[in-house]
Amino acid sequence: MQIYLPIAEVSVNAFYLLGLGGIVGILSGLFGVGGGFLLTPLLFFIGIPPAVAVATGANQIVASSYSGVLAHLRRKTVDLRMGVVLQVGGVIGAALGILLFNLLKSLGQVDLLITLSYVVFLGIVGGLMFVESLVALRRSRKQGAAQRPLHRRQRNWVHTWPFKMRFRTSGLYISVIPPILVGMMVGVLAAIMGVGGGFIMVPAMIYILGMPTKVVVGTSLFQIILVAAFTTMLHAITNHTVDLPLALLLLVGGVFGAQIGSQLGTRLKAEQLRVLLAALVLLVCGKLALDLLLEPSELYSVAVSA
Amino acid sequence: MRRWVACLLLVLGMASAAQAQQVVADLSQSRISITTSFAGSHILVFGAVREDRDAPQEPFDIIVTVSGPVERTLVRKKERVAGIWVNTRSATISAAPTFYKVSSTSTLHHILSEEADERYSITIPRAIRAVGLADDAPTGEPFTKALVRIREKDGTYTVDEGGVTMIGDVLFRADIELPSNIVEGNYFARIFVMRDGEVLASFTDLLGVQKVGLERWIYALAQEQAAIYGLLSLAIAIAAGWAASAVFTYLRKS
Repeated sequence: MQIYLPIAEVSVNAFYLLGLGGIVGILSGLFGVGGGFLLTPLLFFIGIPPAVAVATGANQIVASSYSGVLAHLRRKTVDLRMGVVLQVGGVIGAALGILLFNLLKSLGQVDLLITLSYVVFLGIVGGLMFVESLVALRRSRKQGAAQRPLHRRQRNWVHTWPFKMRFRTSGLYISVIPPILVGMMVGVLAAIMGVGGGFIMVPAMIYILGMPTKVVVGTSLFQIILVAAFTTMLHAITNHTVDLPLALLLLVGGVFGAQIGSQLGTRLKAEQLRVLLAALVLLVCGKLALDLLLEPSELYSVAVSA
Repeated sequence: MRRWVACLLLVLGMASAAQAQQVVADLSQSRISITTSFAGSHILVFGAVREDRDAPQEPFDIIVTVSGPVERTLVRKKERVAGIWVNTRSATISAAPTFYKVSSTSTLHHILSEEADERYSITIPRAIRAVGLADDAPTGEPFTKALVRIREKDGTYTVDEGGVTMIGDVLFRADIELPSNIVEGNYFARIFVMRDGEVLASFTDLLGVQKVGLERWIYALAQEQAAIYGLLSLAIAIAAGWAASAVFTYLRKS
């Protein structure tokens, strides 16, 4: 069934969009990532103009994250206090990121910057996570049912800073400064790369803040809602590039996908989840790296200039 | 179809007025409405050529062009820098049509002289150049070629030699397919009567392409009431997220 999108100004198959939303929604519920890093390139692929894909992607992420958070709230796997602290950092970071984005845009080469930062961050995050979770997976398999008590994470610099706060759901008593910094960093990247930033947030929460994996997914989704909503409003007001029918089709698929994803998540072990997410992140990273390294079949590209 | 018949009668009726060649033409529709289910459209350009009775009857050819709204267009070129492919050079084409189609009764270079093409901007490269390659014409050549190549590939620029069919000696018709990715605006259909490479007569008609109904409403809201539109998008997103969650909870309980 073909449908004409009024903002994107193209006609696409509605079932494609439902399916695409569904796949991204499953990933969202499963891993606590908004899925923007996957959705945006996929939308380019089916012919949606990049500006519209980025803005509408943000809107769809709001829906699937909200649906996912509700599922996690029922299981009490959201650290609301941590989420709010991260959001404070996130919004400050996003505002800074937009300033940086506009500065770089005036210097040209903003596309390259986006792709390069994707490759670098996805590569580092995916690589580290993949190795770590494989090691963890092997260890847990070796120990088997012996169930050796997990060694407590070493006290690192995160635990020595002032302004300590108790995060009961995460079982942490740490300074609020590291979460705010993590939120800010993700906010900056989110604004530059046009994604929710979950794929960076999730590992940062596990490895920097030392939060338990089960809580990380719900809390990440919770923080993504606000960042993605902020991004959507910004795009809607400045660029007029949010396509409502497109978002609607994506999010109908997406919200159901998110529910299925968070169901699937309960059946997998935390280490398995991390290996899968790491593999996915590395896959997208590899694809983007190839685009930069291989000679494109068409050297020229067309853009409508203002 | 009724309009076609009406036009035909009109042309035949006027056949007595003595003049040089004249061309009368019309489109099967003068407006195209973009609705939610819009998936491209089809228009028929048809008409008749009337020749001076006293003049010797010589064969002629017809060229039909349809062009969309023009836009300032930026063409970028990638080059390998330190191992990776990056956009290095670019050229601005001050006005390139977003859609362009040339149909003719025969091979263009047989029926169209270089001078006539230059004067009337009929072929695709001329249609772009006509409105001007702004910055640096000599080095801009590969960029215009690239623009034509890319747009021919995505179907917005087409050349259809043989796309105009003659019916009898005076009537002609050309079928024009408009793809689903056309933009809003005024489209112009031009009809040229050619002989020995020269334009004997020409005719221009207007075709309006416009979003209607829901498409129009959404587009206008997004442009004019951006903040409300943004909030509406967010409200729908939150509502959909909640609804899905509620449905799943209900399904699990029952």
